[in-house]
Amino acid sequence: MTEKQKAAAYWKENLKYLVILLSIWFIVSYGAGILFKDALNTIKLGGFKLGFWFAQQGSIYVFVILIFVYVRLMNKLDKKYGYNE
Amino acid sequence: MSVQVWTWILVGITFSIYFGIAIWARAGSTKEFYVAGGGVSPLANGLATAADWMSAASFISMAGLISFMGYDGSVFLMGWTGGYVLLALLLAPYLRKFGKFTVPDFIGDRYYSNTARTVAVICALIVSFTYVAGQMRGVGIVFSQFLQVDINLGVIIGMTVVLVFAFLGGMKGITYTQVAQYCVLIFAFMVPAFFISMQMTGNIIPQIGMGGTVEDGTFLLDKLDTLHTQLGFKEYTSGSKSTWDVFAITLALMVGTAGLPHVIVRFFTVPKVKDARKSAGLALLFIAILYTTAPAIAVFARTNLIETVSNTEYKEVPEWFKNWENTGLIAWSDKNNDGKIQYVNGSATDGKPKYIDERGKYGERMVSNANDSANELYVDRDIMVLANPEIAKLPNWVIALVAAGGLAAALSTAAGLLLVISTSISHDLIKKQIKPDISEKGELLAARISILVAIIIAGLFGIYPPGFVAAVVALAFGLAAASFFPAIILGIFDKRMNRQGAIVGMIVGITLMLFYMIRYKTGLIGVMDPRPASEWWFGTSPEGFGTVAMVVNVIVSVVISRMTPAPPKDVQEIVENIRIPSGAGEASSH
Repeated sequence: MTEKQKAAAYWKENLKYLVILLSIWFIVSYGAGILFKDALNTIKLGGFKLGFWFAQQGSIYVFVILIFVYVRLMNKLDKKYGYNE
Repeated sequence: MSVQVWTWILVGITFSIYFGIAIWARAGSTKEFYVAGGGVSPLANGLATAADWMSAASFISMAGLISFMGYDGSVFLMGWTGGYVLLALLLAPYLRKFGKFTVPDFIGDRYYSNTARTVAVICALIVSFTYVAGQMRGVGIVFSQFLQVDINLGVIIGMTVVLVFAFLGGMKGITYTQVAQYCVLIFAFMVPAFFISMQMTGNIIPQIGMGGTVEDGTFLLDKLDTLHTQLGFKEYTSGSKSTWDVFAITLALMVGTAGLPHVIVRFFTVPKVKDARKSAGLALLFIAILYTTAPAIAVFARTNLIETVSNTEYKEVPEWFKNWENTGLIAWSDKNNDGKIQYVNGSATDGKPKYIDERGKYGERMVSNANDSANELYVDRDIMVLANPEIAKLPNWVIALVAAGGLAAALSTAAGLLLVISTSISHDLIKKQIKPDISEKGELLAARISILVAIIIAGLFGIYPPGFVAAVVALAFGLAAASFFPAIILGIFDKRMNRQGAIVGMIVGITLMLFYMIRYKTGLIGVMDPRPASEWWFGTSPEGFGTVAMVVNVIVSVVISRMTPAPPKDVQEIVENIRIPSGAGEASSH
């Protein structure tokens, strides 16, 4: 592979990760926390209505996990293409 | 010991620490001043970013706002944390690879245009000044509350303190004071939360306690919903904003967070691209500790407040009620003359309470603007966090600790913002445009002078505040969303984006946002003050309008870029280069 092809392949995989991770980001916050919260509120998690829980706490936990998953994925990807330092 | 004495002691200790660090971390070069020398560890950067970004609004106002807004308050929780995902995935690594000092630097180089650079500088100044105004006000409130000084004097003390560590140390001084400030503010926020959660639910972890049960065996949240319904409020867990508006505000806050120049610039201070990613994750982790606690505090405080004051004889109310009444943040007027406090849905006074120099028959402060709604109680949202330890009858040192934490939150953010303002002027305007042959020493001096001027202006904003803390801050996010964010994202992900598109996009975005903000928030355009919600465009509140302005910015940028020539070859190479993490080197000097 030439440098250019390598860079393009790296970028493509990166974009794939972004699409997947950002879809989860969207689903937990705008989906579970806002658009479908009324439906989810009929389910209870201890004292929490589920939609309300996602909006006030759950989505935040997911956000933190998402970034660390991204860090791991990208570190691996960097290694795979020899871009790690 | 009294709260006063404790407060002086704790504030004294924490301030000495900040000063000590400021003196230790004096900056000698512009690189140290702008990006702390580029050698900050991801952990330190994560801590500093968390402190930088958690402002007086996060610490003082947010739990209070949520407490009054219930579900609707989720916009702040999701909005102000979700932006970090965007920041970590879409911005931080690429901007770190690009490796300059500021956001206008990126925009100026990527769009090969000093016009773009200048537009970015102006946007950075507008965003930062709007935001810093709220911080200075927060400092004033905390000082006046706990040290019994005048609010304006409090603002001036705060200005002086920020001046010392920003002026001496630049980014280097700020980074390490912010690490200390994070520790102070998170400790101060968590301690009362642990106490109160334990008291109310028997569970020491507030995040879990929030969903726990209270003494009579019912779930706390169910109980609060019932209390709310009985008093005529909307159910706490349902909220009253339209789904679209919640959506729009959350998005504006997320995108705004990712576009805030003082947060972005922090990712220039770490050595490598992978450190930039990691420190974004750490920053959010540290922020999440406070942000998942805040909704719990909101629920505890709300329940406590209602149970303490509702239908209570004024003679019987606890000491804190009268203290806060004296500071003007609580007001009661006995409209039905029964001597009891009726706290129901509706506003007790027309606007903020206007006090007259007389006491009523129960010793309450009289207000001149009570209206005829059934609600008799005015409570300022900003007091919820500050008064919470008193309401829950916590020991004096805890109350004092909250004061120290509030100051840490406000001062760290103010310092970060002032640095962005000064860098924009000394680096992006003077060095890059007006006087490129300026010496390093001259540039450093210019940076310090601009910090001084910025602090004075920020202080004036603090003394003559444009609105209450969190509202102003929320609008700064809208401005960042409407201006920077699209230009940066498109600059990285759309190789075809050119200067014409980006410049027009930024100008259209920020003008639209400013127009909407001024028209619907202040009433300066048109006569009504402010314009009613029924006139909002597509039912979008000014806080959520950043989303609309951002979308317009993106559309305008893309359309115009496709109608004008592609960017030159070397710029396209820059874009390809920043997409690859290796070889970032140090944040380059100029």
